[in-house]
Amino acid sequence: MKKSGKLLLQILIIAFCIFYLFPIYIVFVNSFKNRQELYANMMAPPKTLTFEYYITAMGKMNFLRSFGNSLIVTLVSIAIIVILSSMTAWMLVRTNDKLSKWIFMIFVATMIIPFHTIMMPLMQVMGWIRDHLHIPMLNTLGGLIYMNVGFGASMAVFLYHGFIKAIPVSLEEAATIDGCNKFGVFWKIVFPMLKPTTTTVMILDVIWIWNDYLLPSLAISDKARRTIPLSTASFFGQFTIEWNLAMAGLTLTIIPVIIFYLAAQKHIVKGVAAGAVKL
Amino acid sequence: MRRKKDKAWYALFVLPLVFVFVTVVIIPFLTGIGYSFISWDGMPLNEKTYVGMKNFIRMFSDKRFLSSAVHTLFFTILSVTIINLLGLTFALVVTSKLRIRNAVRAMLFMPYLIGGLILGYIWKFIFTDLFKMIGEFTGLDNFFFSWLLNPDFSLAAMIIVTTWQLAGYIMIIYINGIQGIPEDVIEAAKVDGAGFWHTLIKVKFPLIMPSFTICLFMTLSNCFKIFDVNVSLTGGGPNNSTEMMAMNIYNEIFSLNNYGYGQAKAILFFIAVASITLIQVAITKKREVEM
Repeated sequence: MKKSGKLLLQILIIAFCIFYLFPIYIVFVNSFKNRQELYANMMAPPKTLTFEYYITAMGKMNFLRSFGNSLIVTLVSIAIIVILSSMTAWMLVRTNDKLSKWIFMIFVATMIIPFHTIMMPLMQVMGWIRDHLHIPMLNTLGGLIYMNVGFGASMAVFLYHGFIKAIPVSLEEAATIDGCNKFGVFWKIVFPMLKPTTTTVMILDVIWIWNDYLLPSLAISDKARRTIPLSTASFFGQFTIEWNLAMAGLTLTIIPVIIFYLAAQKHIVKGVAAGAVKL
Repeated sequence: MRRKKDKAWYALFVLPLVFVFVTVVIIPFLTGIGYSFISWDGMPLNEKTYVGMKNFIRMFSDKRFLSSAVHTLFFTILSVTIINLLGLTFALVVTSKLRIRNAVRAMLFMPYLIGGLILGYIWKFIFTDLFKMIGEFTGLDNFFFSWLLNPDFSLAAMIIVTTWQLAGYIMIIYINGIQGIPEDVIEAAKVDGAGFWHTLIKVKFPLIMPSFTICLFMTLSNCFKIFDVNVSLTGGGPNNSTEMMAMNIYNEIFSLNNYGYGQAKAILFFIAVASITLIQVAITKKREVEM
């Protein structure tokens, strides 16, 4: 290709990408405008930079509280998923019997069940546990985390299982002879080797749990325990007409995602690709 | 003695996760099958009556449900096609030798990280207020009007937003496939005088069949189960014209309080998702060439 042609092509592609991200620009610029300015021209940059609407939106969305809730639910769920799934997958790979094969098969097979198929009976089961065993499974962050672990288990076990199968046993055997028990072997020898899969699992689960809406909407009813998607939804339920406030609210919810993306872009792209390819 | 100890270790490692998994996924799935044969309004004190197959028969005369199934199919076929075409095109651009490729990849992937719910709200503003404004400014008001008030344009809006969300994600998977093609195969094609299109269709496409399998699977199951975007963008409206199957099930159970009937729909939904995706994987797997 000729040099000038190549340059033109690159300019066209970049122009397309900017056009592609136009919706994000729209959200951003309108979050600084008052109602009048917004309806005068929605595409123009704001005339003044005021954070007034951000402060109002933060108050109405109870933003700091829901941000904290989202953070707790995401981090704790992922920590438990990583710990329990890697332990389970390792034991399933290293124990070569029928039971292990069956357990693994059931984990994999259930990945195809849509959430909508189990959401109602799940709420009944959790309600039953609350009423009969007096464990507060509904309307608590702990209950939500518990359910996230259940839903995240299949995928994580599947990814760890595939990775562990490729690791030779000899290292573990040497450690066993040195007097390490299984717990020691796993945490000192095996778990550090699983780092690539751990990163993949963490990335996929952050994207899923941070943005998850339906499960938290069913599990949480208390205002103070809302995660970010829940408070966004309730915010829009109330103030659909006040678009400038809504835009400030949306910017607030997007900013953490963009920061996470900029900070870990390489890992995210790799993790997402690895997670999909192994399916 | 040793074997007993091994069993104890096995239980310690495997049981905690299996326990959580059974209570969250397995028991609800199995009891869910039971719920699909009863009639119940969801009130714990009210009676659950066994109605046999009635719930399943009722679906076939439920116009709202049938039309949601039609919308879902229509939406899925169009979205899957557009997302894959666009994702593949993006991937070809990003794997070219252009200098801007990393920036392009970063920009196109970004929407995927923002959840469907938030994306729906963002686009709601664009399709209603912004489009109306553009229409008033330019006079092209038979295209730029409030899309979400028109059934056909609302469905198109759903497709656009879903495409915007997933095209970058699908691009990543295709990029992985294209980068896996050995350099010498492409070189050999060039030496033999194959042009851009010929290399693409005759050499690259057959070699990235595994990526097609994955991408079709991912887009099919994601689009068929679409819910969040549906809630925030159209809410199923206008007049239920964009209500997809997942939302119909949700409404049947939690808004209309038909717990048994809604659950029967949910079971049918599972069967539909499972068979469609498994058939697709079986078909595309057959076409993968061995390297």
